[in-house]
Formats: sequence, C-alpha cells, structure tokens
Amino acid sequence: MNAFKDSEHLLRLAAVFVVGILVFLVIRGFLVPKSFGEYGHYRGDAISDIAARPVNFAGHETCEGCHSDVLDKKKDGKHAHVNCEACHGPQAKHADDPATIQPPKLDTAVLCVKCHEANAAKPKSFPQVASADHSSGMACNTCHQPHSPAISGETK
Amino acid sequence: MSISRRHMLLLLPAAAVAWKHVLAGTPESAPNYTMSQHWWGMLIDVTKCIGCGNCVRGCQAENDVPDGYFRTWVERYHVTDYDIENPHVDSPDGGIKGFPPTKEEGGKNFFVPKLCNECADSPCTQVCPVGATFISPDGVVLIDKKYCLGCRYCVQACPYGCRFINPASNTAEKCTLCYHRITKGLTTACCESCPTGARQLADLKNPNDPIHEFLKSHSVQVLKPYMATHAKVFYNGLDGSVR
Amino acid sequence: MVPCDEQCNNRCDGRYGECFDARRRLVRDMSGVEGFMYPNEVELQWSVLIVLYPFLTGLVAGAFILASLERVFQVQAVKPTYRLALLTALAFLLVAPLPLQLHLGHPERSYEMYLTPHKTSAMAMFGFVYLWYLMAVLVLEIWLDYRHDIVVLSQSTTGWKRFIYRLMTLGSSNISPGALAVDDRVGWTVTLIGIPSAFLLHGYVGFIFGSIKANPWWSSPLMPVVFIFSAMVSGIAAVMLLYMLMTWSRKETIDMRCVDTVASYLFYIFIIDFSLEMLDLIHRIYEADESFRSLDFMVHTKLYMSHIVVQIILGTVTPILLLALTQVLRLGEMARKRIYALAGCLTLIGIFAMRWNVVIGGQLFSKSFLGYTTYKMSLITREGLLVAIVLTVLPLAILWVLVKLLPPWPEKHSGALPDATPAH
Repeated sequence: MNAFKDSEHLLRLAAVFVVGILVFLVIRGFLVPKSFGEYGHYRGDAISDIAARPVNFAGHETCEGCHSDVLDKKKDGKHAHVNCEACHGPQAKHADDPATIQPPKLDTAVLCVKCHEANAAKPKSFPQVASADHSSGMACNTCHQPHSPAISGETK
Repeated sequence: MSISRRHMLLLLPAAAVAWKHVLAGTPESAPNYTMSQHWWGMLIDVTKCIGCGNCVRGCQAENDVPDGYFRTWVERYHVTDYDIENPHVDSPDGGIKGFPPTKEEGGKNFFVPKLCNECADSPCTQVCPVGATFISPDGVVLIDKKYCLGCRYCVQACPYGCRFINPASNTAEKCTLCYHRITKGLTTACCESCPTGARQLADLKNPNDPIHEFLKSHSVQVLKPYMATHAKVFYNGLDGSVR
Repeated sequence: MVPCDEQCNNRCDGRYGECFDARRRLVRDMSGVEGFMYPNEVELQWSVLIVLYPFLTGLVAGAFILASLERVFQVQAVKPTYRLALLTALAFLLVAPLPLQLHLGHPERSYEMYLTPHKTSAMAMFGFVYLWYLMAVLVLEIWLDYRHDIVVLSQSTTGWKRFIYRLMTLGSSNISPGALAVDDRVGWTVTLIGIPSAFLLHGYVGFIFGSIKANPWWSSPLMPVVFIFSAMVSGIAAVMLLYMLMTWSRKETIDMRCVDTVASYLFYIFIIDFSLEMLDLIHRIYEADESFRSLDFMVHTKLYMSHIVVQIILGTVTPILLLALTQVLRLGEMARKRIYALAGCLTLIGIFAMRWNVVIGGQLFSKSFLGYTTYKMSLITREGLLVAIVLTVLPLAILWVLVKLLPPWPEKHSGALPDATPAH
C-alpha cells in the first residue's frame, strides 16, 4: 500500500506518456496519405501524379503519321535515324493542333553547326567540318537538303 | 491531305492510343501499361556521342528544368596518353549550348553524357527519411514532390551528382527517365533528341528490346561500379578515366 | 568555364571561347569553382545550420555524460555541476531541432518523419532517438531529481509561477522519504539507460554522415565514435565554463575540487578524441585511396585555416597542452582557473571547427575528385550567419529561464531553497 502511494506520481507520468502515444496514433491515422504503402514505402498516388505530366515532344512516330512525305525523303539518306524533333524542337503542341500552331522555320546557318562543327572530341568517323572554311558563311541549305543531306551527284 | 485524313492517320500508330491520354492529361497512365511488365534502364554509346547538347536542351524543354541545374548533362574528357588518373574534364553549363572547340588536340578526347543511373540498389532512396523518393515497380527512381521535405540527404547520398533541389518547389529533383513519356509508349526526351542514337531507352524486361543483344555482344560498364548501386544505365566504350 | 569576353590582351584565344588568362578569370569568375565539378554539385546543400546542429547535440550528450559521472559512477567531486549539466543539456536539446527546421525546403512537412519514417534512413530513426532522449531520459531525470523542489515551490509561490509548478507536479504532492527513495532509484536507472542513449543520440549524428558511401570525407566507421568523443569534450568544457561563470556571477566561491576533477576528465577524454582523429588522418594518408589527393589538397588550401589552424592547433593541441600543464605542475588556484577558462573556450571553438570541417569540408570537393567549390555563407537569409548566431545564443537564454525556474543550487547562507521572488 505504502509502496503504491510512493510510486503513484510515476504512474501519473506513465499515464501522460500513454495518452500522448495514443493521441499520436490517432492523428497519424488521419494524416498519413491513403495510398501510402501501396507499392512500397511511398505514396502510391505519386506514380500516377508523375505519369500525368503533359508531354512537349510528340515523338517521331507521331510526326511521321502526317509527314510521311518527309519520311520517304529521309529514309534512304544519312539523316534517316535523326528524329524530327532533334532539329525541329518539341512539337507536341503542333501535333495536337497542326493548323493553328506552326513550328518556326529553322535557320540552317546556326542549326547544323550544333552537330557538324568540327571538334576534336567528336568521333573521327562523324561528318564534321570547320564551318568558316567549309561554307564561308553561306547557309548550309544552300547546297544541302536537310532531310537528305547528300549533295546530288555524290555517293551517299 | 485533308484534316480528317490527318486525324485518321493519327489514330493508327500505337502511341496514338496513349496520345488521347496525353492530351486529356488524365492522372491514370495509358490503359495498356502494366508496371510489372517493365524494368527500365538506358544504354549510352560513348563512341557515338558528338557533344551537341541536344539531349540537355531537349530535357530542359520537356521537363521545365530550372536554369543552372541539370537532370542530364554532357562532360568532355581530355586524357593524355597513359595518365588515366588525371583527365581534364569540363562541362560548360552542362553542355546545354554544346561545346567550344577542344583546345588540347593531343591525347584522347570524347564526350560522356550523364544522367540518373536509376540504380536498383540506390543509396538515395535508402536515406530518404520519409519515403519521398523511391524506386517504382518498373525500375524508375522517382521523387514525390508533394511529400519531399527538401532535407537534401538524397542529394548528398547520390554518388553521381545527378540530384539537385529545385529552387521553385524547394524539393529534390532529378531525371525521371521521362516517366510520363515511357508509360505512354514514347521514348525519353533525351533519346528522342539525340541525333546519333548515342542514347537509347532500354526495357530490360522486354525480350525483344535490342539491349539484350547489345549487352551480349559489347563490353559495357556502369559508372562507379565499386559503389555497388546496381546502376541501370549502361555505357558502351566507357574509358577508364571517366569519373 | 569562364567564357572569353575579348578584354584580355590576347591571352585569351577567342576561337576557343574560353578564358585562359588567370587574372582575368579571377575577376570575372564569380562561381568559385576550381577544376571540374559535376554541374549539380557546385552549390552546397548543407549550410552552417547543419554545422550548428551536431555542435548543439554534441553539447547535450557531453553535458549528460558529465552528469552521469556523479549519478552512476559516484564521482562525488563533480556533484556541484550535476543539476547544471542536466539543465544545460535540456536547453541545448530544445534548440537542436531549430536549425534542422530552418534548413528544410518544406519545414511544414517535417512531421512526416514521425508519421512515415523510412526505416533504412538514419535521419528518420534519429527523430525517434531524439524524442526518446528528450522525454524518456532527460525530462524524466530532471523531473525526478527536482520533484521535491517542484512540489515545495508549487506550494510556496504565487501567481502564474505557482500554476507552472503545479502543472509540473502532475497533481502529486507526495515528497515523503519513501517517494523520494523511489525517485532516487528510478532516477539512477534512467541515468544508467541515459548513458547509452546519449551515445546513441550523438553517435547517430555521426552515423548520418559516416554511412554515406558517396562521400569519402564522411564515409567511415570511425565517424560516430569521433563524434561521440568530441561531443563529450565539448559538453564537459561547456558545463565547466558555465559553472565557473555562473558561480562567479552569483558571487560564490568556485569549488576547485569539482572544477579540477571536471578538467581532468576533459583532459583524458580529449586525449582519446585526439587519438581517434589522428588515427583517421594517418589511415587516410597511409592508404592513399583514390580520394586522397583531392582531399589532401583541399585540407592544405581551402580548409587550411579551419582545419589545421583552428581545429587542430588552437582547438585541440593547445587545450590539451594547457590541461596537461595543470595535471603535471602544481599551479595556484588563480592560474588553474585561468587555464581552465582558456582551455574551455578554445575547446568549444575547436569542436565547432571540427563540425564545420566535416560538414562544409565534405561538400567543398567534387565527387569526381577533380575540383572544388566555395561555400558562400549568406548573412541575413534563413540559413545565414545571423540565424546561426541567434541559434547559438538562444540555448543560453533558455538556460537562464530554466535556472530561474529550477535553481540548480541551494542558497548558500540560509541553507534553504531559493524562493520564488525574482532576483535582481
């Protein structure tokens, strides 16, 4: 009896702790997102949140769906495997509404050198030129057709 | 071509099925995508990279990457002769504007594109205190922007330097392997933009994916294999000097 | 890379687009980057607040270990510092989460660490270690030790103070010898559990760094051990200084037997701490793995002042030598007090420098081992120097309140407990 009386304050403290833990567990039940733990230790809905992001690049298959004529021109040339948007930039909005949104006309004077300017770090087999010497300032499409860049009369 | 025929043709390719969901912006992934059927990775062929920076620009355009931060970037290496342990490396603005002419023409020069390695045993997901970053069932390491505290522990834990804190959202961010694209049958923005095919998305669970044949017939490496992160970005032609 | 701006008197070759004129680069390159860093590494992730955090928790662990010396190991000489050490630990422990909250990108989401802790994350587990240490060790021990005084004060004071004390009694006013005996036994057990808990509290902080395999400056099994021992050193030095300062301000005489004993413990633990740090250094130099050249260069250039000069020479070797003097020579009381005060201050500066060198130093070099960046510490932002200073001073303000609320020492002359009337 005496021992109980002398430890009673400890029991009060223990009660405070227990109540605290219970309150925490109740609050936790409300606050943890419902989809948490669905696939692992994370919010399952996060996957669909991330997958829902709109795209900006249409993808070459979508381009080729309408522009099959360009595809024909490209398929036997050196740029056969260069995707449309590698040069034309992201065109998902254009694919969505082709009549209203038109891709800007590209300036070959600045576009082509991004890949083809000579640089010692590029693979030796990659076609590259020192543009100042090669074309003396002329735009590349003066001689080359970008969709099939080989100059006619030469072997591909 | 009339408008209606164009729309007809749009419906034909497989990606067009997903395209409707793309336009609608609905939260569910495309109907014909099951996570457990895929295990994503990437193949990078260093022998083909020309350092044009298309991938860096394409990624920024696709994912609204803030200026000065990089979900992917390209490094240029200059290695003199036998001195593999002391390469000269640069990456001006991550290679986003390409590279200036290579000054040192002696020795070996090449470009190395880098991105998140989508590690199967990623140290970044291990250290996240709340479960805001995780590996999805289809093998892509993702970040839950709504749950991330911005404690930066994951940024410290990544051996490859591919993570950063987005100053607009104050949460961690990194390459998502364009998850929003690959779940709709499209390829990543960087692979789409790459003119030489140096970057190729790979689905290791797809028996028809060309990566299987490639891995069997080439010597490939991963970055920092001693970190044992089980990286899923494979490099063909990676030099020993690459950090 | 610094682009050529054609202002450099032909040193630059405009064709390459890059500036190779060293002086011009220094003027124009504000990035602070030397060599090559991965593009996302240039900006430091963890600021001075994350330097402050292990410093504060270290003081907590160290102060508690000093308190446990008396309670568990029966070192009677240090009894005058017992209660002060506990209150000091509490004051610093209460402030410790603040630098963490301030550095988070989303502090309003920090509760997630308690709701969905990721069991593989040392940081998540630390949230619970902190809570355990605060509630089940420190607050419990303070409550048990002060309960008698709390009950007396709850009956003798008036007004809002009375309310606070009554709250702290939890409604029980039993201070019979039996109850106090129970308190004493339970308190002893709590202190006993508290010792490994204190090691866990600060060892965990060391583990948070030591378990990052991506960072060779941090990754080491020695890291938790070094953190624990440097924590003990800083905590003991802090309590020693606070005891001397507060006794002097109360115009009481400093118990030299107490201070001599505390200083000797400081000395012994310092030797162990220094040995561990030297072991780490020697091991690195000997093995010279791939990170060594880069780290070695960093220590000799960017970290020279903070590591070699402040941490090692001023902050470790000097205090050890000063304390050794007091152990070896028979010095007068005045001389010993002065040496203890100086050694204590240098120790605290040195241990802060150690945290700085670990946290900031670990982010100054590139994981490619090919370059370095600069820490640009801001002044008045959320993670700036001003905030760091405020957070260092805040625990002292809290300690002042705690000392007023729960006085560590009885009034010398009356022999009775201090009453509730506010002093000065």
